[in-house]
Amino acid sequence: MSDKVVSMPNEERFQARIDAEEKIEPKDWMPEKYRQNLIRQISQHAHSEVIGEQPEGNWITRAPSLERKAILLAKVQDEAGHGLYLYAAAETLGITREELIERLHTGASKYASIFNYPSLTWADVGAIGWLVDSAAIVNQVSLQNTSYGPYARAMVRICKEESFHQRQGYNIMMTLMQGNEQQRAMAQDALNRWWWPSLMMFGPHDGESAHSAQSMKWKIKRRSNDDLRQQYVDQAVQQALAIGLEVPDPDLVWNESRGHYDFGEIDWAEFERVINGNGPCNRQRLAHHVKAHEEGAWVREAMAAYDAKRGKPTVDVA
Amino acid sequence: MTANDSLLTYCLRLGDDALILGHRLSEWTSRAPFLEEDIALTNVALDFIGRARLFYQYAAELQGGDATEDTFAYTRDVRDFTNLLICELPRGDFAFTIARQFLYDSYVLLFMEQLKASKDTRLAAIGAKAEKESTYHVRRGREWMLRLGGGTEESHAKLQRAVDDLWGYTDEIFEVDTVTAGLIADGVAVDPTLLREEWLATVSRVMAEADLSQPSPGWSVEGGRRGIHTDDLGFLLAELQFMQRAYPGLQW
Ligand SMILES: [Fe+2]
Ligand SMILES: [Fe+2]
Repeated sequence: MSDKVVSMPNEERFQARIDAEEKIEPKDWMPEKYRQNLIRQISQHAHSEVIGEQPEGNWITRAPSLERKAILLAKVQDEAGHGLYLYAAAETLGITREELIERLHTGASKYASIFNYPSLTWADVGAIGWLVDSAAIVNQVSLQNTSYGPYARAMVRICKEESFHQRQGYNIMMTLMQGNEQQRAMAQDALNRWWWPSLMMFGPHDGESAHSAQSMKWKIKRRSNDDLRQQYVDQAVQQALAIGLEVPDPDLVWNESRGHYDFGEIDWAEFERVINGNGPCNRQRLAHHVKAHEEGAWVREAMAAYDAKRGKPTVDVA
Repeated sequence: MTANDSLLTYCLRLGDDALILGHRLSEWTSRAPFLEEDIALTNVALDFIGRARLFYQYAAELQGGDATEDTFAYTRDVRDFTNLLICELPRGDFAFTIARQFLYDSYVLLFMEQLKASKDTRLAAIGAKAEKESTYHVRRGREWMLRLGGGTEESHAKLQRAVDDLWGYTDEIFEVDTVTAGLIADGVAVDPTLLREEWLATVSRVMAEADLSQPSPGWSVEGGRRGIHTDDLGFLLAELQFMQRAYPGLQW
């Protein structure tokens, strides 16, 4: 290392590493705000995977065929696994799983607001897999290059599993669209209800995003909300049209000069309403997680007691 | 009953056991005591659902016509289901699930080791696949029995209670009726009575390791193989079969 680099203050040297596309590892020096920003983002991502088990999971016992049931079980199991990778990545930043879950339960930490919508029909399982996982993939692919090493590596593992999720969801929609009138209506209704929330997954417009500018500078985020949203819309619209679904946006139109779809404005009041606790299922989603966690307390205690008796270090599994 | 009918009945019994228990396990998804266990329980559920499909697929071939694996899962009523009662009992608390799995899986492992040697090559293939899964299920079950039995006073009490509540359902596992007897004579079916001693030795050993007292015998419930079930199965099927009942005959 040259003298010049050594004489740089920590913060500048850190930014120089980021600018040089070096990965930041858990033991490296990092600004406290970088750490906190990452904990916020990774834990929100982890909670989303776990809370996301619920809307699809509630169709496991009602799946319409054994093959669909097996696929859905595998899919939801993957999502729980993603939660696990991400909690592990967050823990490298010096926070425990118990603390992360505590923050979820107190509302200090968020999860993807889209999971506050209900999955009312079987078509919703298709719509979630197709749209929500598509949106997640667009976002997660960009995060494979995020500056924090453990987060980037978790994204690489997760992305490998996501394409199956998207395909199974789209396949459900396609099958419904090839079915009878009732099935096609079920698919269209699901798209009507999930379309706008899926666009909201990318967050506020770039100018209005509270954490965006700093996150881009630190390369925690690699692409802007609007940029990612546009890519998602371009893909999903084509896929909808290919199977005869109508996208519920009167302003949607192909813009030849931009080479992208123009689309209508998101209802940001609705976005705020759901984020702030007024979606159809906010209370149930959280209560479901709290209940499972509380009912499992005696099991975690038993495991810790058993390990302690045998002189094994306790694993934090909260 | 022709040999084909007996074999069909046998496949449905084994398929029903796997489907109904897999359903109960799948009820844990997103509800387990912690995330690793959520994944593990979902994984075991998936093993049982996969096993049910293999038995039903074979049954569909034996039945012929338009039958598919889903015909058996989705269009039969309570009286047609022939699963063991132990498989249908509500999921209960985590101790109950662990105890049920341990008691049942310990049997299933011995069963599949034998089924692997069936003269029926399809059953033998299913047995070989299931044996691998069950080896893991039993290992996992034993670890949990020891943890809960040797964990806290509370976990010990809950586990003891679960084993006590389940014990009377274990007799049924070893029943042989005329259908099974015929298939056993042909070298197709497994004779469960020959597995009982080893099963009892295994579960007794682990219960002792887990510091549990042997449940008192003295009660014993059966009926599943004849379609006599607890009240719970009807509700389970109402949920399981909802889509096929609400929208009959469609592809999904
Ligand atoms: Fe995921
Ligand atoms: Fe996914």
